[in-house]
Amino acid sequence: MSSVPAQAALRVLSAGPGVTLQDAGRHGYLRYGVTAAGPMDPLAYATANLAAGNAAGSTAIEISLGGIELTAEAEPLAVALAGGDFAISLDARVLPRSSLWAAMVLTIEPGAVLNIRAGQSGAWCYLAVAGRLVVPQLLGSNATHTRTGFGGVDGRAIRTGDRLSVEPSRSSTLSFGAIAAPWLDRPPEIIRVVLGPQDDYFSAEQIAAFLEGPWRVSIKADRMAYFLDGPRLTHAKGYNIVSDGIAMGAIQVPGDGRPIVLMADRQSTGGYPKIATVIGPDLGRLAQARPGTAFRFEAVSIAEAVAARREEAAALARDLVVDPLVRTQFSSEFLLGLNLIDGVVNPIEHVKIA
Amino acid sequence: MPHVAADPAIAPAVPRFLNAGETALVVEFGETVDPAINDRVLALDAALRADPPAGTREFVPTYRSLMIHYDPLQIDRQTLVGLVHKALAVPAARTALAANWIIPCCYDSGFGEDIEEVAQLLKITPGDLIARHTAATYRIYMYGFAPGQIYLGGLPEALAISRRPAPRPPHQPGAVLIGGGLCVITNFAMPTGWYVIGRTPERLYAVARADAFLFQAGDNLRFEAIDAATFLALEQRVASGEIVARKSAA
Repeated sequence: MSSVPAQAALRVLSAGPGVTLQDAGRHGYLRYGVTAAGPMDPLAYATANLAAGNAAGSTAIEISLGGIELTAEAEPLAVALAGGDFAISLDARVLPRSSLWAAMVLTIEPGAVLNIRAGQSGAWCYLAVAGRLVVPQLLGSNATHTRTGFGGVDGRAIRTGDRLSVEPSRSSTLSFGAIAAPWLDRPPEIIRVVLGPQDDYFSAEQIAAFLEGPWRVSIKADRMAYFLDGPRLTHAKGYNIVSDGIAMGAIQVPGDGRPIVLMADRQSTGGYPKIATVIGPDLGRLAQARPGTAFRFEAVSIAEAVAARREEAAALARDLVVDPLVRTQFSSEFLLGLNLIDGVVNPIEHVKIA
Repeated sequence: MPHVAADPAIAPAVPRFLNAGETALVVEFGETVDPAINDRVLALDAALRADPPAGTREFVPTYRSLMIHYDPLQIDRQTLVGLVHKALAVPAARTALAANWIIPCCYDSGFGEDIEEVAQLLKITPGDLIARHTAATYRIYMYGFAPGQIYLGGLPEALAISRRPAPRPPHQPGAVLIGGGLCVITNFAMPTGWYVIGRTPERLYAVARADAFLFQAGDNLRFEAIDAATFLALEQRVASGEIVARKSAA
């Protein structure tokens, strides 16, 4: 009798704080006070899944500045990485980047060590394994919300020693390559917002001061909220409102006049006036800004925000372009070191985002 | 229950449509905590949920507004506003469905950790506080802040107390809080700026239960005082999956 074959898995050799499993979010339960969670940078997350050949919304690992080190168990696992400019190395070989804004696809052989740590810029990086991470869902989602212990691995962040079972994709043929993702080149200097829902709690002068800034991401910045340093804003009609809903990117101004951008792990409702809301396409732009990053807000119309959103969707819907630099960028010695015997850049099956 | 007509000064006939970015629309019926305003929020919520327009994702009712999450690439704002107006024209049926709940609550000092402090601040006895708290009927205005946490209106004037100037250490799951003229039942241990006056053995959220969330916004609720021994017995029954809050006729 044959024994049960070992299940493929990613083994976490070390993980810094704040590394979590995320999918597109736990939607449909805000009405019961349940935070949706989901990725801090939805565009980079979508890009990682796209490059891995996964369906949109597949569960991925969100890597914080704390970094992570992983190995494959039982069989080789193809993974895709996209996000900020993180330093990536495989078996202590630093992987050169053909372009800063490329998604990277690589294969982790069993026992090989993939190390991802904070690089020059950016705060979040997404790792999507080609195939499926097999993790029990809570209310239909794997998205982790550590404050309430929802989702993820037993409701918590990923930690050293965790073993994440994988059903590898059988259609994946790419073992190593870089895929151009110029849409991830998002300088943080201008963050676009739609004013409201409570912009009428502020005078025209205060709205102007809000748009003028400049603002800096403060040291208090996590999955729940980015606190901002900059001018103090004052309210025209007080700072207590009867609680209402909070969208991701809502910028609330509490009594001390210091704005707070509410991010993926925000609470479902709140009682401070919200002067403006960061548009969807700029959520990742802001999320990737590290503490100290300076920027300004720019007010746009709903139509402009929707147009930016449409552009983003169109970029993701185009066929992936394998970066032509890859073949020449890496020395044959380097590629031999990775034990590659066949072609370098066969694109894996492309699943378009609906 | 008769439908109370909203005061037009408080709740204008036509709601305000506010943008919360390009993916969420706030339909605001008023700016205060008022059952008539909340009725209109819940009526719109019920009408939209009965027949969700294509491109809408999620509806979030609060005291005074409904937040509609939508995909602007599937439905544009103007079309959505038009559909909301259409839904508003449908007569409300929600209030007829409101359930009346009785929920057990232990006010003993080990459970209502702040009850002596609150009684002193309000210049009443703890016994009087409990009597007043259990005599009132509360309306569940909304869930918010944390999974299963409900916000109740109908707290007697004599129990209206401001929130704490600074938060207190985390309370137990099931803690019953008062502050800012309102009452809250919690489901998760959290620090709070409110006062803990009791604790229910009931779980407002339990993932394994068929109804993971026990109540609906718009339901009415009363507290029934229980002693510590009863609390522990009920807590065991809740742990085995039983629901110990019960519906009453009125």
